[in-house]
Amino acid sequence: MSLRSPLGRVLGLGSAKDGTAHWWAQRVSAVALIPLTLWFMFSLLALPALDYATVRTWLSFPLSGFFAVLLLGVLTYHSYLGTTEVIEDYVHSAGMKVLSLLLLRFLYVLVCGAGIFAILRVAFGSSGS
Amino acid sequence: MPNPSARTRPTSPHLEIYRWQIGNSLSILHRLTGIALALGLPTLCYWLVSLAGGEQSYRAAAKLLGSPAGVFALIGWTFAFLYHFLNGVRHLFWDAGYGFERAQRHASGWFAVLGSIALTLCVWGLIFAGHRS
Repeated sequence: MSLRSPLGRVLGLGSAKDGTAHWWAQRVSAVALIPLTLWFMFSLLALPALDYATVRTWLSFPLSGFFAVLLLGVLTYHSYLGTTEVIEDYVHSAGMKVLSLLLLRFLYVLVCGAGIFAILRVAFGSSGS
Repeated sequence: MPNPSARTRPTSPHLEIYRWQIGNSLSILHRLTGIALALGLPTLCYWLVSLAGGEQSYRAAAKLLGSPAGVFALIGWTFAFLYHFLNGVRHLFWDAGYGFERAQRHASGWFAVLGSIALTLCVWGLIFAGHRS
């Protein structure tokens, strides 16, 4: 016996079968961000200065570049999950909701892509200007 | 699809009906700092892109971030990160089933707020001290 009403079935309402996936992904990425963000904060604080040469040398170490890519990737994912939830909570009209969620997703990929590409450029030593 | 808002439906009590206290305030602050940090992400990427672009573009970015408004924003992001971090760990403890007693909730809440303020002061104290030497 189904507890769904015939009207609900016609309108496609009800379980989307992914109730806990978002919640769980948010927690897992949060746990991953604990060491990654701490590494980033302490690395920057440990640098003698934040001038171009110092920062560039630091980021061109293989381990720094590797962790920086991981940090940016997980950070973007975690932030995307969070802001998606905010939009789902506060944007009520269906059209605006879909539009802003799409826009948000494109922006995250664009910004994170640019950031990761920048780290790789530093890591693989193509000098700018 | 029919518009669900076309009919008047009974609504559940929303945010404004609740009395302000530490629990809901910190929950709201968690979301606000999360939104602030989401705005910090493009800034972080801009800084990285400027670094990859060479000395000139890095100098321009450093000048922008080192301006009074830039430093103000960076201090804000530092606090937002540290609060979101500490309160996030608090949430993870709850998810694991610990710390639900009233006294524990209040203590961990105050720890997140005061801890993030203290750590923000520490971080920026270190940065300003490093600048002078």
